[in-house]
Amino acid sequence: MPQMNMMQALTSAMDVKLAEDERVLAFGEDVGYFGGVFGVTRGLQEKYGSSRVFDAPINEGAIIAMAMGMATNGMRPIAEIQFADYIFPGFDQIISELTRIRYRSAGQYTAPVTIRTPCGGGIYGGQTHSMSPEAFFTHIPGLVVAMPSNPYDAKGLLISCIESDDPALFFEPKRLYNGPFDGDPNKPQSSWKDHPKGEVPEGNYTVPLGVADVVREGSDVTVVAYGTMVHVALAAAEAEGVDAEIIDLRTLIPYDIDTVARSVQKTGRCVILHEAPRTSGFGAELAAQIQEDCFYSLEAPIQRVTGWDTPYPHAHEWSYFPGQERVARALKKTVEFA
Amino acid sequence: MPKATKITKGPLKGATQDDIHEFYRMMLLIRRFEERAGQLYGMGHIAGFCHLYIGQEAVVTGMQAAITDGDQVITGYRDHGHMLACGMDPKGVMAELTGREGGYSRGKGGSMHMFSKEKNFYGGHGIVGAQVPIGTGLAMSNRYKGSDRVCLTYFGDGATNQGQVYEAFNMASLWKLPVVYVIENNMYAMGTSVERASAETELYKRGISFEIEGEEVDGMDVMAVKKAGEKAVKHARSGKGPYILEMKTYRYRGHSMSDPAKYRKREEVDDIRSHRDPIEGLKHQMIDAEIATEDELKALDKEIKAIVKDAADFALESPEPDPAELWTDVLREAEAV
Ligand SMILES: Cc1ncc(C[n+]2csc(CCOP(=O)(O)OP(=O)(O)O)c2C)c(N)n1
Ligand SMILES: [Mg+2]
Repeated sequence: MPQMNMMQALTSAMDVKLAEDERVLAFGEDVGYFGGVFGVTRGLQEKYGSSRVFDAPINEGAIIAMAMGMATNGMRPIAEIQFADYIFPGFDQIISELTRIRYRSAGQYTAPVTIRTPCGGGIYGGQTHSMSPEAFFTHIPGLVVAMPSNPYDAKGLLISCIESDDPALFFEPKRLYNGPFDGDPNKPQSSWKDHPKGEVPEGNYTVPLGVADVVREGSDVTVVAYGTMVHVALAAAEAEGVDAEIIDLRTLIPYDIDTVARSVQKTGRCVILHEAPRTSGFGAELAAQIQEDCFYSLEAPIQRVTGWDTPYPHAHEWSYFPGQERVARALKKTVEFA
Repeated sequence: MPKATKITKGPLKGATQDDIHEFYRMMLLIRRFEERAGQLYGMGHIAGFCHLYIGQEAVVTGMQAAITDGDQVITGYRDHGHMLACGMDPKGVMAELTGREGGYSRGKGGSMHMFSKEKNFYGGHGIVGAQVPIGTGLAMSNRYKGSDRVCLTYFGDGATNQGQVYEAFNMASLWKLPVVYVIENNMYAMGTSVERASAETELYKRGISFEIEGEEVDGMDVMAVKKAGEKAVKHARSGKGPYILEMKTYRYRGHSMSDPAKYRKREEVDDIRSHRDPIEGLKHQMIDAEIATEDELKALDKEIKAIVKDAADFALESPEPDPAELWTDVLREAEAV
């Protein structure tokens, strides 16, 4: 089976859909001619022409709204927002239009738009190039929100989003584009080569929306994570010698509470991880739902390990980033709680 | 010739010798500063994003000469030149690039996010176009306070397509706000050329439907910039409302440090460098007008290199901010976890 990094897997997903479905097109800033600032759309304009893969001016608001216009008339646009930090000029369109058209037209219209956007830190991007803004979007009814942690899931989830009749926001943890990242910036960049999830089929396959993946089975504590933090969790559990059950949510909306609850009922303990700031982060939603579903099983308070409640700083990126040490500390505290 | 007297003929006409020397000095300072920043980046001392201003030096230098103390300046993320032109300390700018305590934002902002209240510099904004309505708001506050201050609001050719620019244009014109919009048209927005992104490529015309006057300026010629800048600033200051200057300029380096700039031909860059370079151009004019000699300018270059070296040394010696510092200036003092 071909081995791909996350960028190649995403390119492949779009390639597959562009090839088999005329209604699919891809556009955004520097997406066509340049192939995307990270190269995720590289080669697609050459292959499918500039009427299907093209550049947009710096217009996040109109990019998203035009995608919606096209989608309500039967197309399946993939819009790229160059960094998740730039999505906010389009926030109004996402909240007020894109995600409500199905409801407000009583299902006459749907807007199958897929918005792809790189998120997260780890590249010294500072305040305007490092955000993980997923929680703003999980608060909007009517929007699928996905964030893969590996190439295989990335391709399968992206195809699911494109094929879904609902609008989807697809976050790409940019630190994982080239290889898994366990939160240790001093290690050399790892590669997806030889990683089992770097094996990616060429053709069409899907990873279903709303189904979490148990990436490590364990009995001491449940760790709920997504994106980059899945890899940090694996490394921290290993380092701390904790028998953690690690769940990769893969999609935040819908989220697979059944898998999470089953695990927490088994372990009785839970740590939630995300890179985004803590207050009103997605971890708050998870913690609330878990305590509702697992109240009688819980043997320790649910812990969250998150980014700080500050903008992503330019200096001390690795203090802000919830790395292995912070995760390990929370695991230990939770496991030892009596 | 006494240095304060005005030059009466040739391309430098109207400026004093002192002015010209100052323009030359400032443009060279910006260039040498940026070259050094590029080196520090290459050596791993600056991380993340770093957008160099090399090639565009005449724009901020000429515009700065057209305003007076107290006028405001705001720009995007390609901001190092603007800060130096505003008189901010090269040390503090460089130390922000390296993310140190001695930086203008104590390491929290980085290359794209620096400010100086003392110099009326309002940043440094990483989100394309965001500064345009903010600069318009600064102009609004000037009007409200009854001051005669003007705000220079800089943005790129790519930024001219953001919708909020036009919301700002309309209000600025409707309310006759003292703002000069300086469009730095360096022909590219990342990898996208103006022709591939803009239906109207003559960007100075972008104000027409808002009744905002605009003109095209040779942004590689500091004297042309100054002249156009003075006219525009006078217009804004006298209560006639906003003015648009489209500076035709060019960036020699990639968009940021990680951009190999494959979307343009090497010859295009070489051609502009060898025929339109703002610093070389002024140098020839100065020598022709006999207000400087090669040797004097060489000595000046040495002096500037020393200033830049000091800035770089400072930026490397200044300690990283205390991690606790990263929790200040949010809203409340948050607690580290
Ligand atoms: C809202 C937003 N969208 C996209 C970006 C990414 N981006 C940064 S700079 C840039 C190009 C801007 O070009 P231009 O306005 O011409 O300025 P220049 O870089 O040439 O100085 C883009 C697309 C951003 N920072 N903010
Ligand atoms: Mg430009």
